[in-house]
Amino acid sequence: MRDFDYIRPTSIPDAIAAAAEPGSAYLAGGTNLLDLMKGGVTSPERIVDISRLPELNRTERLDDGGLRIGALVRNADLAHDAAFAKDYSAVAEALLSGASAQLRNAATVGGNLLQRTRCSYFYDTASACNKRVSGAGCAALGGENRLHAVLGWSDACIATHPSDFCVPLVALDAVVEIEGTRGRRHVTLEEFHRLPGAAPQRENALEPGDLIVAVRLPAEAASFAANARYLKVRERTSYAFAVVSAAAALVVDDGKIRAARLALGGVAAKPWRARAAEAVLLGADANEATFASAANAALADASPSGDNAFKIELARRIVVRALMSAQAGTPERLPALPASPFSSIPGARHDA
Amino acid sequence: MTKMTKIPVHLDINGHHHDLQLEPRVTLLDALRDRLGLTGTKKGCDHGQCGACTVHVDGERVLACLTLAAQAEGRTITTIEGLAREGELHPVQAAFLKQDAFQCGYCTPGQIMSAVACIREGHAGSDDEIREYMAGNLCRCGAYPHIVAAVRQAALEVAS
Repeated sequence: MRDFDYIRPTSIPDAIAAAAEPGSAYLAGGTNLLDLMKGGVTSPERIVDISRLPELNRTERLDDGGLRIGALVRNADLAHDAAFAKDYSAVAEALLSGASAQLRNAATVGGNLLQRTRCSYFYDTASACNKRVSGAGCAALGGENRLHAVLGWSDACIATHPSDFCVPLVALDAVVEIEGTRGRRHVTLEEFHRLPGAAPQRENALEPGDLIVAVRLPAEAASFAANARYLKVRERTSYAFAVVSAAAALVVDDGKIRAARLALGGVAAKPWRARAAEAVLLGADANEATFASAANAALADASPSGDNAFKIELARRIVVRALMSAQAGTPERLPALPASPFSSIPGARHDA
Repeated sequence: MTKMTKIPVHLDINGHHHDLQLEPRVTLLDALRDRLGLTGTKKGCDHGQCGACTVHVDGERVLACLTLAAQAEGRTITTIEGLAREGELHPVQAAFLKQDAFQCGYCTPGQIMSAVACIREGHAGSDDEIREYMAGNLCRCGAYPHIVAAVRQAALEVAS
């Protein structure tokens, strides 16, 4: 790892001033950044350690019924907060389906939003990658790309965003609270991450020095508590990134869908809000035929970026299954294998 | 460009205080192994994927390879060397011996540190739950069934 200056500011304004200097990077949990630095994928000259900044590690109820989650709240603390898990069960389930217990003890809310793609060509500095070196080309196009994007990709980049957490968050209209050199602003999570287009190196709405200070969930997000699930297909039972995932949340009244939220993970460079599918669901009968129509709408614009056509059909099936799981109701307790499509099979054991 | 400026880092490890001068890029794992001779914490992948470097920081399991030593300053760090009390094995260490929960032993310190935390967190309630909450510790020898048995045994002993 290249050497760097290490500073630990004691206030948010000091942190922002330091990080606004070229070559700077914020350090919170470090679970992604330090790995990228070891591989020379990113080489900041100055690390601004914000992990001890006060005020950013709290979760608070807002007067309008919403929830404000501090950017330094750790994944494990949020997922195991009983009150949070009750109101936002799909978010808790997504958090617990990601990484390992050790990583969740370090990884933070803000860092989760900012984690980089796990495209192996992005990590391999000997390979061409437009995201790493603008204009270098994309080795994933025509390379090993079975796990790459099927929605929103471009000829410049076919990488996916790896977050589980962001998938239910974008479904529930989460808002990112950002503080920068010019004050605070709010950006919806849906608008926060960018599609690659011709500039895949630009991944989100942050400007130099900008610090994510919180993620907000509006009051309406808790109205889905009784019928919200996250479902994630992995290539092994646990401790793997999503091949495809889906967050589904419903309000069902007398068999009719009164409100619906749907988002997909593992399919695009951003957590993918499926608004066309939500339009199909709204007001329709809550049954498998409706869910299949919604799945078709969600994937209507999908196309393979390589050897990954299977992900389109897989995503349709995961959408149907996630919606059926949501309709069946949020379980009293999360399953031992959160978000797993296999967790409901009695006696299923990965060593059996 | 040569900077390589060292910074003072004070670490509290297994009840002992250490004053070190380190380059900022030194991980907690490298500080433990290369500077302090605490080689019980293993370097497996060095990328946060295998769990061999699991230690406790303020009582919670984290990966020492993805933690800068400077980040751990002022925190209470426990490694595998600090688990036994007055020469007596921790119940999880004893359970790993009793259940023959290893073959080559390289992943074992990380497995044990993870298991101690897993039990303390209350995530050892069933074999499925143990498997899920121990998923971040890989065992190349495939001793998983015995590791699950050891965690189950230790969880029962700690509860009784």
